[in-house]
Amino acid sequence: MLVLHCPVCGIEGEEADFHCGGEAHLVRPQSHDPENVSDEVLRDYLYLRQNPRGLHCEMWQCTRGCGKWFNAVRDTVTMEFKAFYRMDQKAPDLANFDEGQS
Amino acid sequence: MNRYSIFTLARNALTFHKGWQKAWRSPEPKSEYDVVIVGAGGHGLATAYYLAKEHGVTNVAILDKGWLGGGNTGRNTTIIRSNYLQPESIAIYELSRSLYEGLSQELNFNIMFSPRGLLNLCLTEHELRVFKRIVHANRIAGLDTQFLSREEVKGLVPLINDSPDARYPLLGALYQPRGGTARHDAIAWGYARGADALGVDVIQNCAVTGISRRGGSVTGVDTTRGKIKAKKVAVVAAGHTSVIMDMAGVRMPLESVALQAMVSEPVKPMLDVVVMAGAVHGYVSQSDKGELVIGGGADACNNYSQRGSIPALEHTATALLELFPAFSRMRMLRQWGGIVDMSADRSPVIGETDVKGLYVNCGWGTGGFKAIPGSGFVFADSIANDRPHPIAEPFGLNRFLEGRMVDESTAAAVAH
Repeated sequence: MLVLHCPVCGIEGEEADFHCGGEAHLVRPQSHDPENVSDEVLRDYLYLRQNPRGLHCEMWQCTRGCGKWFNAVRDTVTMEFKAFYRMDQKAPDLANFDEGQS
Repeated sequence: MNRYSIFTLARNALTFHKGWQKAWRSPEPKSEYDVVIVGAGGHGLATAYYLAKEHGVTNVAILDKGWLGGGNTGRNTTIIRSNYLQPESIAIYELSRSLYEGLSQELNFNIMFSPRGLLNLCLTEHELRVFKRIVHANRIAGLDTQFLSREEVKGLVPLINDSPDARYPLLGALYQPRGGTARHDAIAWGYARGADALGVDVIQNCAVTGISRRGGSVTGVDTTRGKIKAKKVAVVAAGHTSVIMDMAGVRMPLESVALQAMVSEPVKPMLDVVVMAGAVHGYVSQSDKGELVIGGGADACNNYSQRGSIPALEHTATALLELFPAFSRMRMLRQWGGIVDMSADRSPVIGETDVKGLYVNCGWGTGGFKAIPGSGFVFADSIANDRPHPIAEPFGLNRFLEGRMVDESTAAAVAH
């Protein structure tokens, strides 16, 4: 059973107490005129995913706690959570990831 | 190839079975091939077999980082059906199911295809409507499926919980009489033996570590056993497709998830059809050995751990008991997980990529086993002729650019 820690309300819970929302830090193409957004950019945003074997930044929702969304860094092979951080925090540098930084 | 028959069995029995040959060679990789296939699972082996048999392309190597059929081919619940909703899906899954019918004879290898009949239970009003719609869609496509009433389902599966007080009352079922199961390992072994006999090199314990390119074209692969040049490279790596394609700088519309299954202790025959139930998220059949083969939902978050999570396991057991309260005293023998590659629309991705000579066949998600023969057949045709086979065409990677989804996510027997 995975154990998560919500950085918003501070509770600790099992994975069934949370809901995974998939890859984090995907940014919707910004434009006042949708014509300016190419099919390629929209495809990349909607469908293409990193799907790494290793560290992965992802969104989780604290469904049985405060209800807020937050981000987490998890190793997709060992299933270990390396960090939990709020939505307004920047994505950690996974290439030089230091477990002590969060 | 040493042909298997009652006569070879008798002849070998006279010599105390010391004369059997190996089913396939274990060659050293050559320095160059026309086609290199990455991943020796069912889909890859079927591709190699049909490349050699249907298209005369025999200078082919099929590489696997482990042993052949050691990934999802050996980890699934062996269910075969083609009762899909979309015409594109019906075409490819029914091609596959019909190839299964004659595969034992074609490969001269008993794949133990058992078209015992398959039920998709309707446990909610919504499912009732969806499955009735699927029956109509199937009939238009000429597929033999029918709608069964509650009483007819009870007749086929006497053990099922049909109490009107059930949390999910049984309302009927979508029935495919020629759906069923087959021996999963035998599919891999049969195709490997067939491909090997036609001259394909099946190379195990050879992991691909890089994909070489020059000027936008693929030139070969780097492996743990040296560089191999190739005119064409076909990636058929299921859950690890994103990792392999990343070596060529291609990002995929995939997320890899562990899907788990379990097997009970063997018991006397009590279930002679395959039962699937999407509302409670479980499916079960009984193997020839008497074990119940049970599958359910995938993990909640993407991962590459071939274990599966405990909540998903509990969810599957709960689903099974909802259908068959009598199973509450069954003991489970084994549990395992496989890494499935879920595409955005839950349909496969078959065809070419932006890198010339690099082909991909993936995204079969939780239902790849049933598709092995058809997938290999159309993929081999697409590689050999440098254009998509008509049945593979709707499943090209370009559909994500064009917004042309083949949406099976709401029509799947078990929604993931």
